[in-house]
Amino acid sequence: MKLFLSQALTIAAKDLRAEWRTKEALNASIAFSLVILILFSFAIDPESMPEFAGGLLWLVFSFAGALVLNRSFARETQNDCLDALVASPVPSAALFLGKTAANFSMLLAVESVCLPAFGFLFNISWWTYFWSMVAVVLLGTWGLTVVGTMFSALTVNLRLRELMLPTLVYPVMIPALMAAMELTHDLLNGQPLAGDNLIWLRLLIGFDIIFTALSVTLVDTVLVG
Amino acid sequence: MIALEADAVWKYFGDFPALRDVGFKIEAGSIVALLGRNGAGKTTLLRILSGLAKPSKGSVKIQGAEVRDEPTRRRIGVLGHGISLYDELSAKENLILFGKLYGLDDAAKRAEYWLEKTGLERVRDGLVREFSRGMRQRLAVARTFIHEPEVLLFDEPFTSLDDKAIAVLQRLILEAKERGSTVIMSTHQLREAIELATHAVLISKGKVAYAGERRQEMIGDPGWLYRTYEGESA
Repeated sequence: MKLFLSQALTIAAKDLRAEWRTKEALNASIAFSLVILILFSFAIDPESMPEFAGGLLWLVFSFAGALVLNRSFARETQNDCLDALVASPVPSAALFLGKTAANFSMLLAVESVCLPAFGFLFNISWWTYFWSMVAVVLLGTWGLTVVGTMFSALTVNLRLRELMLPTLVYPVMIPALMAAMELTHDLLNGQPLAGDNLIWLRLLIGFDIIFTALSVTLVDTVLVG
Repeated sequence: MIALEADAVWKYFGDFPALRDVGFKIEAGSIVALLGRNGAGKTTLLRILSGLAKPSKGSVKIQGAEVRDEPTRRRIGVLGHGISLYDELSAKENLILFGKLYGLDDAAKRAEYWLEKTGLERVRDGLVREFSRGMRQRLAVARTFIHEPEVLLFDEPFTSLDDKAIAVLQRLILEAKERGSTVIMSTHQLREAIELATHAVLISKGKVAYAGERRQEMIGDPGWLYRTYEGESA
C-alpha cells in the first residue's frame, strides 16, 4: 500500500513538475476561463445573474477542465513515455490516481483564479458560505477530473482526441454537473447546504465514489487492452 | 532455467495475423538477436513480451509467471522505439522518476551511477529536450538498466548511437549477461547483433523461421540466416 501511494505521488509530482515548466495547459486554461467570464459579464443582465451564476461557473470550470485533461495522457505520447509507464511495475490504478491527483490540483489552481474573477465581474459574494462552497467545488472538480482523466486515457491514441474528449466527457458528467450547478446556485443565493438540496450533495458524492471505483477497476483494460 | 517462453502466440490487427503461432523458449543468460525484415512482426512480438500488448491467442511467460504480474514487470527492462523520457525533466530527474516507479530506495544514487556509466554525468541537470539524439538514446539505455532487470527487451537499441555509444551499450549488455540477465534485441544492424548474440530468432511474415543457437555461419556472413531460412516460412 505504501509503495502504491508512493508510485501514485511520484506520477502526480512528475506531471505537476512538467506542467510547471511548460505551463501549457494552465496558461491556456486560465486565459480561456477569464475570457469566457468577461464575455458573459457583457452578455448577461446583472439583475438576472444570480439565476445563472451556478450554471455559468460550472460551464467555465468544465470547459477549462477539458483543456487541462486533454493534455493529461497526451503528454505521455511524446517519446512513447506511456509505454515505459505501462511496462513498469506501477499498477495501472496507481498511474491513474497519480494523474488524476495532478489534474485535480491543476483544475483547482484554475478555479482559484476564476472564483475571485467571477465575484468581481458579476458582483457576487460567493464566499458567504465559504466552506460549503469549497466542499461543492472540491466534489464537483473531483468528479470532472476522474471522468476526464479516464477518457483522456481512452482517447490518447485517437487522432481527433481534442474533439473526442469533450464529446465523451460532458454527457457522462451531466449528473455531477447538474448537482454541482444546483448546489452552487443555492449557495450563491443564500441557501446553506441543508434540507432539500442535500439530495444533490448525495448525488455528487455518489457520482464521485462510483466513477472513481469504476475508473480504477477498468483503467488497466483501457491502457493494455 | 527458462527465462522466457512464448507459446503459440497469435496477434491479429483486424483480420490480419501479424504473428502466427509464434513459439520459442529462451534460457536464462542468453543474448537473443530477434531478426526479421520490416513488417515481419518483431516489434509486435516485443510489445507482447514486454506486456504492452496482449496476444490474441497463446501465452507468454517470463520466469514462469505472467508478464503483466507486477513482480514480473519489476524484473523486465524495456527499451522500445521511443526513448520514453520526459523532455521537460532533466536527465537525473528522469532516472530518479523511473527508479522510484520501480520501487528503488536509492533511486538518486542509482541515477548518478547510471549517468556516469553512460557518460552523461556532465549533463545530469540538463533538460532532455536540449539533448542530442545520441545523448537521449544513451539516457534511455540508462533508464532501461537502472533497476538491473533480469530480462532486457530492446527494440532497435543501436539506432542513433555513434560508434562509442554502441561500444558502451555492447559492454552493458555483456555485463548484464554476466550477471545472469537475459537479453532480447530486435535489430536491423545484423553485424552488431550477431557479434553479441548467443541465440537468434528469425521472424518471417509473422512466423518463426529459425530459433536456435547462433551458428558459426552467421558470424562472417550475417545475411546467411535470411538466405537460408526465410524461404522455408514463405
